[in-house]
Amino acid sequence: MAERSFSVARLPGFSTIALGVFVCLYLPIVTLVVYSFNGGPSIAVWQGVSLHWYSEAWGNQAVKDATIRSLIIALCASAIATTLATLAALGTTRRAGFKGQTVIYVMINQPLMVPEIVTAVALLIFFASIKVATGYQGLGYLIAAHSAFCIPFAYLPIRARLEGMDTVLETAAADLYATPWQTFRHVTLPLLAPGIAAGAMLAFVISLDDVVITEFVKSGGQDTLPTYMLGQLRRAITPEVNAISSVLLGLTVALLTVFFLLTKRRN
Amino acid sequence: MFVQSVFNKCGVFLDNQEAVSAESVVKSFGQGPAAVRALDDVSLTIRKGEFFTLLGPSGCGKTTLLRLIAGFEMPTSGTILLDGQDVTDLPPNHRPVNTVFQSYALFPHLSVRENIGFALKMLGRPNAEVEARTAAMLSLVKLDALADRATAQLSGGQQQRVALARALAPQPKVLLLDEPLSALDLKLRKEMQVELKRLQKETGITFVFVTHDQEEALTMSDRIGVMSSGKLQQVASPREIYTAPVNRFVADFIGETNFLPATSAPGGARLGSGAIVAAEGEGTVLTIRPEQVQVVGPDAPGTIPGTVENLVYFGTDMHVHLRLGDGATLVARMLLPPGGEAGLSTADTVGVTFTPGAARLIRE
Repeated sequence: MAERSFSVARLPGFSTIALGVFVCLYLPIVTLVVYSFNGGPSIAVWQGVSLHWYSEAWGNQAVKDATIRSLIIALCASAIATTLATLAALGTTRRAGFKGQTVIYVMINQPLMVPEIVTAVALLIFFASIKVATGYQGLGYLIAAHSAFCIPFAYLPIRARLEGMDTVLETAAADLYATPWQTFRHVTLPLLAPGIAAGAMLAFVISLDDVVITEFVKSGGQDTLPTYMLGQLRRAITPEVNAISSVLLGLTVALLTVFFLLTKRRN
Repeated sequence: MFVQSVFNKCGVFLDNQEAVSAESVVKSFGQGPAAVRALDDVSLTIRKGEFFTLLGPSGCGKTTLLRLIAGFEMPTSGTILLDGQDVTDLPPNHRPVNTVFQSYALFPHLSVRENIGFALKMLGRPNAEVEARTAAMLSLVKLDALADRATAQLSGGQQQRVALARALAPQPKVLLLDEPLSALDLKLRKEMQVELKRLQKETGITFVFVTHDQEEALTMSDRIGVMSSGKLQQVASPREIYTAPVNRFVADFIGETNFLPATSAPGGARLGSGAIVAAEGEGTVLTIRPEQVQVVGPDAPGTIPGTVENLVYFGTDMHVHLRLGDGATLVARMLLPPGGEAGLSTADTVGVTFTPGAARLIRE
C-alpha cells in the first residue's frame, strides 16, 4: 500500500455515501419531472401518463405573461450586468494595482455576501420612495434590481478569463501599431468572448430563477414565472407547477451546458 | 516639425546613420529608498543596418533598455531617438520598431497568415498590399505551407518564425529581439542563429538582439554592448570584446579567462612573484585567456616558474591548472597531440609564458 497514493475512493463506505448523496440530490427532481406527466390532478397520486399539464400550462395566459416578463427581465438584466461586469473586470485586471483595490473587489461582489432578504427589503423601501416621487410603476425596478445582483455572477468568470490571459498579447498588439481601441477590439475582446458569454449566461439563469428580491420589488401584476409559481403553491397545487418547473429545469440545464462548453474551450 | 519632415523626405540634410540613440537614460522602478535603478545613465548609439547585441546576465537591465526602445516603458529621465527623431514620449504604436517577444506572443485566435498581416491591417493598408506583404513574409521564413494553421498547432521553431515574420512584415526601422532563441533546444537554436543572420542581411533592417548567451552574441553580432547592474560596461565588436575587455566583468563574462593581481611596471605588468610580463592597458589585474598561456620546460629563459596542480582532460585539449611562485593560480589550455599525451603530470615544475600581445592589464 505504501507505494500507492492515498485515494479517498478506497475508504470504507465511500460508494454507499456517494450513492446516498446523489439519491438525496436528484430523487426530488426526478419525482418533480415524473409527476409533471401525471394524468390526474394530484402531485402525489399517479394516474397515468399524459401531457395534460403541459398543455394546461401552455394555454394559461397568466403563465404566458409571467414567462414573457421573466425573459424580458432576464435578458435586460443579464445584458446590463454583463456590460458593467466586463468594464469592472477590465478595470480591476488591466491596470497597475491601486490603493483600495480589495475594497473595490469586495464591493463588486457585495450581492454574494449580503443576505438576499436584506437587499430585498432595502430595495423595497428605496424603490417605494421613487415610485411615490415619480409615479413610474414599470418593469424598470425589477430590471435594475436584477442587474445589480447579477453583476458578481457575470464578473467572476470574465475576471477569471482576463487573469488567465497574458498581457504580453496586448503589448504585442500595441507594438504592431494597434491603437488602444484596436487592441481591445481585435485582441482583448475576441479572447475574452467565451468569458463574457459564460458570464452573461450565468447572469441570465440567476435572474430567471430569482424569487426573494422579485417578490419584494414587483408591483401589482408583475409576476415573474417563479413568483407566479410561488403564488400557485398557496392555492390548489396541481402538476401544472411540475410542468413549468420541468421546462425551466430543461432550459437552465441547456444554458449551463453551453456555459460549461464555452469555458472549457481553449483552456 | 514640418521642416524636419521635409528634410527627412529629402534624405540629404539629415541623412542619419543612427538607427537608435539613447542619451543618459535612467529607469527606476519603485519609489523612494526602495527604488531600484534598472538602468543607470545609459548612453548608446546603434548604427543603421547593424546586428547589435545587448549582452548581460539576467537582471542587468538589457531587457529594460529594449522595452524602453519599444515604448513599453517610459524612461525616468533621458532621451530616446529613433532614426534621429525623439520618440521618448511616444506610445509603442507610434514607434517605427517591432518586437520579437521571448514568449513569441502570437495571437492564439488568429491564423499564421492573420498574425503576420496584423500590423499592416492595423495601419489600415489596402487588402491587396496586406496580402502581398504577408505572402512575401511567409516565403521569407519558409512557412507558405502552414499559412492557414492556428498558431497553437505549430512547433516552437515554427512559432518563432511566425513571430519573426509578423514583426518584419511592416518593415520596421529597427527590429527588437528579446531573447528569442532561449525557448528552443540547442540544435534548433543553432539553426535559428544562422536564419536570423540571413534575415538581417536580406532585409537590411537594424536588429537589436538581447541575450545572456555569450556564444550567441559573439557569433551573430556586428557589435556587442555588455551590460551589468544597469550600466553599459563596453560597446565594441565581438573580437574587441573578447581580446580587449575593458574591465574584469567583461573579461569574466565573455569566455574563460585568468586573473592575476598585478601592478603597472615599465614595459608591462609586474606580477605578485616579481616577474615582469609584457601587457597593454592599465589597472590592477592582469587578464590572460587560457589558450594564450604556454607551458614549457622549467629552465627555459624568460618564463615564470610554476607547478602543475591538476590536469583536466577535454578530448580536443587539456586544461592545466597551475600555481605560480606567489600562490596565484591560472589555467592553461593545451591542444593535444594525436596520442592525447600532454607529457605533464601533477606536481611537475614547469615554466609559463604568455603569447606576446595577449596579456592585458584591466581595471578591477
